[in-house]
Amino acid sequence: MTWETVIGLETHVELATRTKIFCSCTTEFGGAPNTHCCPVCTGMPGTLPVLNEKVLEFAVKAGLALDGEITHHCKFDRKNYFYPDLPKAYQVSQLYLPIVRNGKVPIRTQSGTEKIIRIHELHMEEDAGKLVHDPWLDQTRCDYNRCGVPLIEIVTEPDFRTAEEVIAYLEKLRSTLQYLGVSDCKMQEGSLRCDVNLSVRPAGSAQLGTRTEMKNLNSFKAIARAIAYESRRQVELIEEGKRVVQETRRWDDNKDATFAMRSKENAQDYRYFPEPDIPPLEITQEYLDHIRKELPEMAEHKLIRYQAEFGLPLYDAQMLTGQKALADFFEACAALGSDPKQVSNWIMGPLMGQLSAKGLEAKDMALSPATLARLISLVKAGQLNRNTAVKVFEAVFDQDGDVDTYISAHGLAQVNDPDALAAAVEKVFSANPQSIEDFRSGKEKAFGFLVGQVMRELRGKANPQAVNQAIRDKLNS
Amino acid sequence: MKITEEMVDYISVLSRLKPEPEEKAQLATELERIVSYMDVLNRLDTAGVEPLSHVFPIKNVMRPDLPCPSLPREGLLKNAPSEDPEAFLVPKAVE
Amino acid sequence: MELYELTALELGAALKKGQTSPAEVLAAAQARIAAWQPRNNAFITLPPPAAPQGDSPLAGVPMALKDNICTKDVKTSCASMILGDFAPPYDATVVERLTAAGAVSMGKLNMDEFAMGSTSETSFYGPTRNPWDPDRVPGGSSGGAAAAVAAGEIWYAIGSDTGGSIRQPAAYCGVTGMKPTYGTVSRYGLIAYASSLDQMGPIARSAADCAAVLDLIQGKDPRDGTSLEGQYGTLLSSLTGDVKGLKVGIPADCFGDGLDEEVRRAVLSVAELLKSRGATVEEFSLPVMEYVVPTYYIIACAEASSNLSRFDGVKYGWRAAGYEDLTDLYQRTRTEGFGSEVKRRILLGSFVLSAGYYDAYYKKALQGKAVIKDIYDAAFRKYDVLLTPVSPSTAPKLGESLSDPLKMYLSDIYTVPLNLAGLPGISIPCGFDSKGLPIGAQLIGPALGDGTILNAAHAFQLETDFHKKIPTGKGGSVL
Repeated sequence: MTWETVIGLETHVELATRTKIFCSCTTEFGGAPNTHCCPVCTGMPGTLPVLNEKVLEFAVKAGLALDGEITHHCKFDRKNYFYPDLPKAYQVSQLYLPIVRNGKVPIRTQSGTEKIIRIHELHMEEDAGKLVHDPWLDQTRCDYNRCGVPLIEIVTEPDFRTAEEVIAYLEKLRSTLQYLGVSDCKMQEGSLRCDVNLSVRPAGSAQLGTRTEMKNLNSFKAIARAIAYESRRQVELIEEGKRVVQETRRWDDNKDATFAMRSKENAQDYRYFPEPDIPPLEITQEYLDHIRKELPEMAEHKLIRYQAEFGLPLYDAQMLTGQKALADFFEACAALGSDPKQVSNWIMGPLMGQLSAKGLEAKDMALSPATLARLISLVKAGQLNRNTAVKVFEAVFDQDGDVDTYISAHGLAQVNDPDALAAAVEKVFSANPQSIEDFRSGKEKAFGFLVGQVMRELRGKANPQAVNQAIRDKLNS
Repeated sequence: MKITEEMVDYISVLSRLKPEPEEKAQLATELERIVSYMDVLNRLDTAGVEPLSHVFPIKNVMRPDLPCPSLPREGLLKNAPSEDPEAFLVPKAVE
Repeated sequence: MELYELTALELGAALKKGQTSPAEVLAAAQARIAAWQPRNNAFITLPPPAAPQGDSPLAGVPMALKDNICTKDVKTSCASMILGDFAPPYDATVVERLTAAGAVSMGKLNMDEFAMGSTSETSFYGPTRNPWDPDRVPGGSSGGAAAAVAAGEIWYAIGSDTGGSIRQPAAYCGVTGMKPTYGTVSRYGLIAYASSLDQMGPIARSAADCAAVLDLIQGKDPRDGTSLEGQYGTLLSSLTGDVKGLKVGIPADCFGDGLDEEVRRAVLSVAELLKSRGATVEEFSLPVMEYVVPTYYIIACAEASSNLSRFDGVKYGWRAAGYEDLTDLYQRTRTEGFGSEVKRRILLGSFVLSAGYYDAYYKKALQGKAVIKDIYDAAFRKYDVLLTPVSPSTAPKLGESLSDPLKMYLSDIYTVPLNLAGLPGISIPCGFDSKGLPIGAQLIGPALGDGTILNAAHAFQLETDFHKKIPTGKGGSVL
């Protein structure tokens, strides 16, 4: 029998606000334990939440970008459960009236499949703290820095059939949210986390099988491997005549397998009810219009525009729009007057080379668009040759050093003085009469030798075209 | 509405309370009496009535996204029943 | 005349005129507390008072706070074992505002555990007793607040009222207590019982004192999203005592079966007096009274079950010993740390929110709340204020109420609808029964009609002196 895997995703994304969802503590990642906390985010008695306006703005932006319907009358609810990472013993979330419903994400897999993934809903909620078990003490330490960091949870319909589709969706989602500036989506730091709901069924069946939920998936690679593992596990169970149990399973990256999570209290009755401390939200058409105006240009649009407006080939446009940081960098250089195709060549060549050599993400690099624009203009003006320019680029890349300072400190400016060039040609010609003889008798190779000698005489700083011309003129004279 | 001892067990687990076995029967009786009294609400016609969670129609109360200093950690931890210099301590809770 | 016989405003004025000194006032309060605390147990914590800073008509006047109001570095217990010696690292907004107005806090007042009760007997720190008769309860849950004001230990107190917890003890103790419109006093720093119903307010001798206190504590607070924008600070200055043309509605449904006859007569005498000063009085029907108590308890318990989940022995307060694992730690701490009434309400709340029962109970109650609010709103299109009893009877004896929780819940019938509808209500002393126990009348206003009911209460108090009576402490059995 052939089996079909059916997958739905619940993705939690930390929003890139400066402060937490209900208090003014910083959302910065990586502080010492319990130093980004206050009475509100640690749920001390008597404290009350007040919503961060940026959270609503970001959630609405994400909802619009995912082509969703914005809920005009929206509320928060409490989800009640006991766990030490949740200091109030309830999470403020949205059940009854989430901010966004019925979105759509078009995806295109590497193998070329195109489909629309339906978004069931997107809601706002608060993150929980972090628990770290101390094996020496045999105690768990509770760090509440992450408590109250704003999240959006994006829930898809069970529309995926393969891991490839899942990855394509997540890449699209990540790029979209980064374009919007609502999240940095760093899986390493946990700002994008994904739970996978998976079931299997005989191919062609319309009925859904019993699903399991997988957690602790910390990379795209882990997601792909977990999907493969879990599909196989479920198929084997069914083929052995056993049943799939609806449960939460934890992916173990080292063991390459999922394991049922021990859950002592099976009662998952969250007793949701409307959060009385937060007045409802009324999303007006004016507000939506305002947010819509603020939406940045998304990748799909840029892709078309780069070809039309800048005359870039499709390949270039795809590379540049693949990451928002690259697109921003490209546009900034172009705005400074650099030739778009030149900028594109520099980005796809030396710049991406430096990023991969240094293990950097484009959005984390120090290099400014002005620096690259300056290099390009020096090359264009014939004041720097291309090879030297690449060397300068590599030298200033790390700290966005000043191009002109570097060039003069290292004496790299191109020699354009016709007298100096003429003198060098004169010197090389008198020192190499045999080569001139060879050229005139038809040995083209000798020409290259002469050029090399002149360049050497000028310590590599000469304009190669000027050198060629000067030698030809001299040979023809 | 009948409240059984099993229901008392169920809501006790949800509430992280653990009544003594000998208390359960009495709790069930007491709760049943109260819940049965609450059933008078069934006589109130609420067809088409929108549930009212917030009594006054105030909306969209939000604050700007501006950071303020957090509480010094000593203040956060000073009331903890079990802590080390950096964190609250609980029995093993990580799988 | 002794200082404790003055109202808070009179004492504030005497301090301003130099007729008495802050030291003299403080000594008088401390002497009264020393004499009364062993008899009524009104206080849980008596920290050394700080010197007043800031100015207002009540600057330098000794007061106290119910022990569910957070005070920075001062133990705040909710009269529960589970909070242990919890000393919040922050002040409630009302505390900040009162401190800025020169208030002198004498300490933290006893109450029913987590404000759940009508007798102040469920306190982990022992029951508070009624200063008029120590064999009787002071009412609750703000029993310590009402008892301390009645006994002249302090000149006013801040209590909280979720279903009558300011108004009912004020009635039982013969003082004036007001629950203002929901949202006019910031709840930041009030340890929540039922967030959508909780509201803080004053207990004092007179309506004028209550107005003065509200002028200091009302107002929008950026830390409480449910607090209301508005004009505040003019309640005291607009008290005229003029009730000419005031339309007083008397809901007949609140004067029927189950109401003590002496209470009924005393409450209706308020209508007579207001009428004699030019008000019009009319009886009408308020056909929701049988639904208010179930609606209230479903909503209050549901919210309480969630609000009280944070007390788990991890972040603050008391932790049980001898636990085996995390779940055991939670269960032991909560089972041993909460009293039985609190646990009963948590279980009820978990029940009405649990899968399968949410629609039948919780959602139904939210619909009931909508109906109740509509009926009150309709009444206020006809009347400016409503007059009802506060409680069906005067203060019961200790131990009488707790044996039958349902009966205790039912006695809240006159006070809980205001919390459901967010309306202001004031309890004023209007007589004594044949046992010598105070009787309270409740004046109810429309939303933001706080000034209207204060003025009606003030008009009554201009012509009566029930609110000036002070217990001698000689009645009842020897403690």
